Amino acid sequence: MLYREAGQFKTTYFSDMAVFRLREDRTGLAVVVVAAYGLAFVGTDFLLQAVLIPFLVFSLAAIGLNILTGYAGQLSLGTGAFMGVGAYSCYKLMTAFPDVNVIIWILVSGLFSAAVGALFGLPSLRIKGFYLAVATLAAQFFLQWCFIRVPWLVNYNVSGALDAPLRTVFSIPVVGATATSQARYIVVLTLVIALTWLASNLVRGRIGRMWIAVRDMDLAAELIGIRPLQTKLLAFAVSSYYCGVAGALMVFLWYGGAEYDVFNINQSFFILFMVIIGGLGSLIGSFFGAALIFIMPILLGIILPALLVPFGLSIGAETIEHLRFMIVGALIIFFLIVEPHGLARLWQIGKQKLLVWPFPY
Amino acid sequence: MSFRSVTLGLAVATLMGGATLPATAQDSIYVPLFTYRTGPFAGSGMHIADGMHDYLEMLNQRDGGIGGVKLVIEECETGYDTKKGVECYEAVKGKNPVIVNPWSTGITLPLIPRAAVDKIPILSMAYGLSASARGDIFPWVFNPPSTYWDGMSMIIKYIGDKEGGLDKLKGKKIGFLHLDASFGKEPIPLLEELSKELGFEVKLYPVAAQDMQNQSSQWLSVRRDRPDYMIMWGWGSMNGGAIKEAVRSGYPMDKFLSVWWPGEDDARSGGAGAKGFKMLNWHGVGTTYPALQDIMKNVVDKGLSKASKEKVGELLYNRGVYNSLLIAEAIANAQKLTGKKVVTGEDVRRGMETIKLDPARLKALGLEGFADEIALSCVDHNGHRPAFMQEWDGSKWVKISDPIAPMGDRVRAQLEAAAKDYAEKNAGWPKRAEACDKAS
Repeated sequence: MLYREAGQFKTTYFSDMAVFRLREDRTGLAVVVVAAYGLAFVGTDFLLQAVLIPFLVFSLAAIGLNILTGYAGQLSLGTGAFMGVGAYSCYKLMTAFPDVNVIIWILVSGLFSAAVGALFGLPSLRIKGFYLAVATLAAQFFLQWCFIRVPWLVNYNVSGALDAPLRTVFSIPVVGATATSQARYIVVLTLVIALTWLASNLVRGRIGRMWIAVRDMDLAAELIGIRPLQTKLLAFAVSSYYCGVAGALMVFLWYGGAEYDVFNINQSFFILFMVIIGGLGSLIGSFFGAALIFIMPILLGIILPALLVPFGLSIGAETIEHLRFMIVGALIIFFLIVEPHGLARLWQIGKQKLLVWPFPY
Repeated sequence: MSFRSVTLGLAVATLMGGATLPATAQDSIYVPLFTYRTGPFAGSGMHIADGMHDYLEMLNQRDGGIGGVKLVIEECETGYDTKKGVECYEAVKGKNPVIVNPWSTGITLPLIPRAAVDKIPILSMAYGLSASARGDIFPWVFNPPSTYWDGMSMIIKYIGDKEGGLDKLKGKKIGFLHLDASFGKEPIPLLEELSKELGFEVKLYPVAAQDMQNQSSQWLSVRRDRPDYMIMWGWGSMNGGAIKEAVRSGYPMDKFLSVWWPGEDDARSGGAGAKGFKMLNWHGVGTTYPALQDIMKNVVDKGLSKASKEKVGELLYNRGVYNSLLIAEAIANAQKLTGKKVVTGEDVRRGMETIKLDPARLKALGLEGFADEIALSCVDHNGHRPAFMQEWDGSKWVKISDPIAPMGDRVRAQLEAAAKDYAEKNAGWPKRAEACDKAS
């Protein structure tokens, strides 16, 4: 009733090609963006620092992996390591050139990650599917080995860990312990919105279509004139760029310091699950996936005790943890059975149904 | 669709509501405990969690808290995962915690810079960042009673004693089996320095976190190299895995020494062959101490503990008790210093700096002979206390040495270098602004 296409005429090619062709979609998006910024001012520290910042960081990493796996069809298990490359190079740049705006370094650190990603993407020309996953697994182990073994990466820090020195933007601290969660959140949110917008244009354009063609049938793509090497390497580079930026954001704007171990293989799987559950080949799915995998357990940790207290039951922290695992596991299976194409597909179906509601034909 | 929107709405509503949980009542002291009873390190973590919880609960049951103020003890499950640890920290931050115990080096590191800003002291007992022993640089972080450099120097001294003098170590071969992370690598510079000086050879056997339980390749190298002594720096399932492999490969157990982290379960996993395994320790095992008896009577027998009766008094359980002993003592000191009943994180930081557990105080607390005396100060947040060597006799730990003093000058040199390094790297690191209290 509220959401309809009728009456909205496209009178120019430009309006017909718009990402959001419906007025309702545009207003909805504007409301979400405004609300997201508004939360910076009304949200508690816990909400911003422990829920929203990590959610945005994981969404960005999931977008990165989605570009590679969802759009270009190359399975990768090296996401965690590529995030690590971003974090470590950002640390090196930040400490070597402390006067440069840290946001610039966060964005530049992604380029290092992109270069490393493209290098490890080279085997993708010859190997496919699960075999490629194994090759990217090598990237994961090799890079993780580097993070432990090369003390230069952490400036010969005795503890072997990354720490976040104080850095300001417009003389407001955004990195370091004195940065408020509000400032961090606004920086993360702005970067994620900007990079998502870039990605949405990328995947709709010539490059995105090349990726999709290679994904759907690389032989056919080659026959119609798409060069598979360049296309695949570009997908690896762009994907690693997003992961690298996400890694830098994770260490410097979320944790504020980390060991090499946060970039382990579990991190890679964590993000792969987000992409699969959110929906392969969908940007909004990356956000849904991150929400389900990351925010759901936190919510359960808050809801479960609140539900049980009225009955006079108190359960231990570890029981909640076990329940979280079970419920999230069950939900993952539930969603995959209901909609194997992920939450993004559910969202799409919902929108289509809504277009004709309440008089479906 | 309606199901979706309802759940989504519910979720958002709970998030907003749940994030603003009411702060704890004003007449209690909130002590959060970061614990891990799930995940790969749960085997070690649950005993420590039980020990920490039960000692504080015992104070609540027996004395009505500390200084007449009830303690609100809340566990937050981290699973030894940095992500969840940071989430726990954010969750407890708003409830005025007086101290946090991360129980993981990975969680400690992100919290160190935040401690001074949020005014919440960190107690990382014998783990974490070794440089944080310097109270003048890290006023909010405490890591008593010994650093890993202290531990390594004690082990080398013990080996020297056994051989009849440190000079007899010349030409010997010492293997160092360690977790391949900053925790396990920390003592390496000291070990190498000593090896150059004393003329023994060092063989490094790193164990990556993912193959802690499968150390066959490392032990194959051990069998080839035949080191005269093996020193282990491990945690969680790595300890049990190493002891099992050592037994299997026939390594002489009495030459196998470890830092203070293995527990009874690790030694038991080696079966009868584990007899003779040695490790450093700084506190008593068993339940003969009056305070432990009180825990039995007031907590375990009342069913308020999650620990099964036979686990009470085991090594890692008592390690948790020691951790809570420090917390309780810091709170008591803070009450004495400020004259307030309900203390804050800032007060407890001062209380921690004035900790002085001498034999008389330990006796008063019902822990006579439980641990060596320790005193912290504004400069020294560690104590650099001696530890003793204990041996596994097949069913329990037996103390086999007097307390071994660390090589103070060596440790100081390492500490100076680390602290200087830290100050150089972090140009913006704040100067200590906190005033210093006289020991109470």
